[in-house]
Amino acid sequence: MVDDMRQVLTPAGELTGECPVDADQAVEFYRLMVLARTYDRKAMALQKQGRLATYASFEGQEAAQIGSAATLEPDDWMVPAYREPISMWMHGYPMELLLATRIGTELGGSPPESVRVLPASITVGAHMVHAVGLAWAEQLRGSTRVALTYFGDGATSEGDFHEAMNFAGVLNVGCVFVCQNNGWAISLPREAQTASETIAQKALAYGMSGVLVDGNDVFAVYEATRDAVARARDGGGSTLIETMTYRMGAHSTADDASRYRSPEALAMWRERDPIERLRRLLAEWGRWTPAWQDQLERESAEQIEHAVTTAEALPVFSAGEIFDAMFAELPPHLVEQRRWAEEA
Amino acid sequence: MPVLSIAQSLNRALDHALATDPDVMIMGEDVGRTGGVFRITDGLQTKYGSDRVVDTPLAESGIVGVGLGLAIAGMRPVLEMQFMGFSYPAYDQVISHVSRIRNRSRHRFTAPLVIRIPYGAGIGAAEHHSESTEAIYAHVPGLKVVVPSRPTDAAGLLSAAIADPDPVVFLEPIRLYRAVKEEVPAEPDPTPIGVAAIETEGSDLTLMAWGAMMREARTAAEELTQQGISVELVDVRSFVPLDMDRIAGSVAKTGRAVVVQEAARTGGFAAEIIAQLQERCAWDLLAPVARVTGWDTVVPLRQGEPHYVPSTQRIVATARRVMER
Repeated sequence: MVDDMRQVLTPAGELTGECPVDADQAVEFYRLMVLARTYDRKAMALQKQGRLATYASFEGQEAAQIGSAATLEPDDWMVPAYREPISMWMHGYPMELLLATRIGTELGGSPPESVRVLPASITVGAHMVHAVGLAWAEQLRGSTRVALTYFGDGATSEGDFHEAMNFAGVLNVGCVFVCQNNGWAISLPREAQTASETIAQKALAYGMSGVLVDGNDVFAVYEATRDAVARARDGGGSTLIETMTYRMGAHSTADDASRYRSPEALAMWRERDPIERLRRLLAEWGRWTPAWQDQLERESAEQIEHAVTTAEALPVFSAGEIFDAMFAELPPHLVEQRRWAEEA
Repeated sequence: MPVLSIAQSLNRALDHALATDPDVMIMGEDVGRTGGVFRITDGLQTKYGSDRVVDTPLAESGIVGVGLGLAIAGMRPVLEMQFMGFSYPAYDQVISHVSRIRNRSRHRFTAPLVIRIPYGAGIGAAEHHSESTEAIYAHVPGLKVVVPSRPTDAAGLLSAAIADPDPVVFLEPIRLYRAVKEEVPAEPDPTPIGVAAIETEGSDLTLMAWGAMMREARTAAEELTQQGISVELVDVRSFVPLDMDRIAGSVAKTGRAVVVQEAARTGGFAAEIIAQLQERCAWDLLAPVARVTGWDTVVPLRQGEPHYVPSTQRIVATARRVMER
C-alpha cells in the first residue's frame, strides 16, 4: 500500500528522522550532486556552442538519481531512460561515453565489458521490459543480482509500463522501478498524465510494493531504493518507487518551457532544491565551507573537462564503419552496400 | 529417418535445442500447458519444466521486450507470437530495440533471440489470423527473416536461427503445418540462413515463391512442365539475407521469371526481388518479370479467401503469359 510521501531531509535542511547514512556518505552525496550539476550546466553550454546535439537537462533531479544509484552493487543491472547520466556514471559508465552519445556517435552506447548499464533509451517506457528480462535471467541462474530501471512520469502512460510491471509481478523478479516524476512530459503536466492520486499507488495493481518519496531528498530516495534492492535480492519481488522531483529546465535544448510553465512554479521548486538542502545540513554539521564548495566545483569542472576532451577526440566513423555493428558477421548485401558507401 | 510434418519437425528442433543448450528457453502465450495453439511446443513444458517453457501473460510487447532483456543477459529465448496479426503490438520492440541493440552498443549488447510467427491465410480463421506481412519485418535493418516451406528446412532453419548470434524472425506457414510430410534427419541439420533452394532445375522460366505459397508453386510447376515448359522452381527461404546470387543466376539462365507472394501487392517482398533482378540481370531478360500476389485488400474472411490467395491457376496463367512474350 502507498503511504504519505517519505521525507528525511526537509527543504530547510533539517532531519525529520534518523539519517540513513553516516556523515561521510552524506558528504559524498553532496560531492556527487555538485558534480552532477556542474556536468549538466557544462553540457548545456556545450550544446549552445554546437559541440553537443540535443541535450536533456536533469537539473533539479540530482538527489533522485544519486540516492537511487548509490544503492546498487557493481554487478547489478541498470536500465536508464535518457535523463540519468549521473546514475549511469555512478554505475561505471564512462563520462566521455555519456558525452559521446550527445556528440553523435554510437561509440557512446558501448560501455566496457564490466559495466552493466544499457545505453540510454530514447523511446519512452519501452526499456522497462528489458529490465524485467535482465532481472529474470539473473533469477533463473540463481544469482541475487537485481535490475534497476529509470523512467519518467510520462512513461507510466505507455503500454510497456503496464507490461513491465505486470510481468515483474507475475514472475516475481527482482526489479526496482524508479520513476523520476519530474512533473512534466515535455509540455504535459503530471496531473494531465494520469488520474491516479500518485504514481506509486499503481504498484498495488501489479501485486508489488509502491513507495512515494521526496525526490529532492537524497536520504529518502536512498533509503527507499536500498530497501527495494534488498527486497529484490531476497526474492521479495519488485518495487515501484515514485521520486517526486522537478525538471528545472526545459524538456531538452529543443524545447522552450516558458510556453507552458509559469515562473512561479519554478521559483517554488527552486526553494526545494536538493543540493541546497543538503548544503544546509552539512553546514550545520560543520562539514561545509565556501572554500570546500569552490574546491568541489573546481575539481568537478576539471573532471568534466577531461571527459569532454576525451569524447571529442573519439574517432569519427568512416562511411563503411556505420555498417560494422549491424550483425555479428556482415551478410553479403551489407558487404556490397558497405563498398558502395565507401565509394560514394 | 522419420517422416514428419512441418509441425512435428519444428517440435523436434525445439526439443533438441532445449536438450542441448541450457540457455535456450521458450516463451509465449499458451506455449506450455497446451503446447501452443498449433501444438508446436507440445510436450516440451512437461519435459523441461515451466522455467524453460514459459506460459507468459497475454502481452506481445512484453514477451519480446522481456525476451530481449533475457537475451542481453545471455539467454537464448525463442519467443512465440500466436499469429502474425497479433505480432504488431510487439513491432515497436522489434523495430526500436531488438533490431538495434547491437548497433546502438557497437556489439557490447546483443539480441540472440528468435521470434516465431505463424503466418498466412487458407485455414478460414477469424480476422487478423491470416496475415502475411513479411515485408514489414524484412524492411527492418538488423533483423534476419526466414521462412521454411518443408519439414527438413523447418527444423534446419529453426536450429540455425536459434544458434544465430543475431535476432531472427522465423515465419511458419500455417496451412502447411500438417500438409507436407517428408523424411527428416533424426538430429536437426542446420540449414544455412540466406541460401535459397533450387527445388527443380529448368531452362525456360524461373518460378519463385516461399513458405505457404510453395505448395501452389510446386503444383503450378508440375502443370507447366506437362505443358512442355521447363520450370526452374526456387524456394526463396530467406528474405534477409536474400540469396540474390542464386536467384539472379537462375533468372539470367532462364531469361524469364515469375515471383509469387501471398501478401498484398504494393510494397511486397516480390517487388524487392524484382527490383534487384532489374539491377542485376535486366539484359538477360527475355520478358518482363511478373508477379502473382494477394490483392491490396484486407485479407478476406473465410468465404472470400479463395479470391485472395494466389491459386495454382493464376500462377500457371501468369507463367504462360510470360512465356508468350
